[in-house]
Amino acid sequence: MFNFEYLLQSLPILGKGMLGIFIVTGIIILTVSVLNNVTNKKKD
Amino acid sequence: MEFILEFINDLFGSVIESVQNDPVLLIKQIAMWIIGGLLIYLAIKKEMEPSLLLPMGFGAILINLPESGAKEVIDLLFEIGIDNGELMPLILFIGIGAMIDFTPLLRNPKYMIFGAAAQFGIFFTLCLASFLGFELNDAASIAIIGAADGPTSIFVANVLNSNYTAAIMVAAYSYMALVPIIQPAVIKLCTTRKERLIRMEDNGKPVSKTTRILFPVIVTIIVGIVAPDAVALIGFLMFGNLIRECGVLNSLSETAQKVLANLITIFLGITISSRMAAAEFLQWETLLIMGLGLFAFVFDTFGGVMIAKLMNLFTKKKINPMIGAAGISAFPMSARVVNKLGLQEDDQNFLLMHAVGVNVSGQVASVIAGGLILSFLAG
Repeated sequence: MFNFEYLLQSLPILGKGMLGIFIVTGIIILTVSVLNNVTNKKKD
Repeated sequence: MEFILEFINDLFGSVIESVQNDPVLLIKQIAMWIIGGLLIYLAIKKEMEPSLLLPMGFGAILINLPESGAKEVIDLLFEIGIDNGELMPLILFIGIGAMIDFTPLLRNPKYMIFGAAAQFGIFFTLCLASFLGFELNDAASIAIIGAADGPTSIFVANVLNSNYTAAIMVAAYSYMALVPIIQPAVIKLCTTRKERLIRMEDNGKPVSKTTRILFPVIVTIIVGIVAPDAVALIGFLMFGNLIRECGVLNSLSETAQKVLANLITIFLGITISSRMAAAEFLQWETLLIMGLGLFAFVFDTFGGVMIAKLMNLFTKKKINPMIGAAGISAFPMSARVVNKLGLQEDDQNFLLMHAVGVNVSGQVASVIAGGLILSFLAG
């Protein structure tokens, strides 16, 4: 029932997936922060 | 006597034929009627995701009648609406995008971190499902149940050609309905009362209309570049949101939120039931998938709470770790659950706006997670 081969295949996906998701959200956070600063300054 | 036998044969021919051909199948079909009945009961009596569980339950009965004439029609709906470019979940995403107000997230963009962390359960479950012997495409499709996001689950399971689409759908929507039961238990297990009492101020920063309009466009471009396979998902979600935020398409926005979303929802549940034929659904793996789905849900909640606790080690302004749990995308139920828990501990601790910010970030993050999985496995 237990399949170590499949487990070994899936481990890199765990690593790449979590890293990928944090990188993408990091880019979004940075972009939104810049956008907030620029558009709020414009208002002032 | 002969007349009576002939009459009975005419009347119950399909059942008699079924019993003669495959008596075990008939027993399985009856079991599916009971499962269908249970889904209808949960939808009506317990109000668990009634808009989806009720059509799915009825569809399960419809499709499992011996020699069911409805199978062809429902299969056709599946072929057009899901198999053919995942049309239904995508169109539903336009409605969901139109319903979401991203302002609380745009006010506190760092809340995206909780959304990201709350996808931990997905990837962890992917490994566990693989270890339990599911092939990678099936394991990934099962893991996405943890996203608490029905359309993304359907989309990923279908693109990856999973053999367990129906079980995944039933698990995804059942657990979404069980958020008020599952999440408080997990949150209480991994937080102390002192942490649950942390009050958070609303930063009240204004968010310009330009930011609200540019956000869906920019997110689509960023996610589209990183995970091209998910561009349809994020694109349709953000298209709906752009309709909402642009300010000149109010009528379309209202239609997308109500009429469009309702129309698709009516058909989606009954369409999914095309994969609930007894022979396919009643397998040992279905139970295992339900268990793995629960595991994914629990660890998504755990991931969100833990990242908040970790951030508290380094920040001056403490974060109530409960808001991290709202990083799963069961919107807005998860945010409401967190707010209710906060009020239970301290009746002046209003966490709703913070939890909503995290909750909408979970909606985006779950699509990113789905997209990344597709990029790794389907790309």
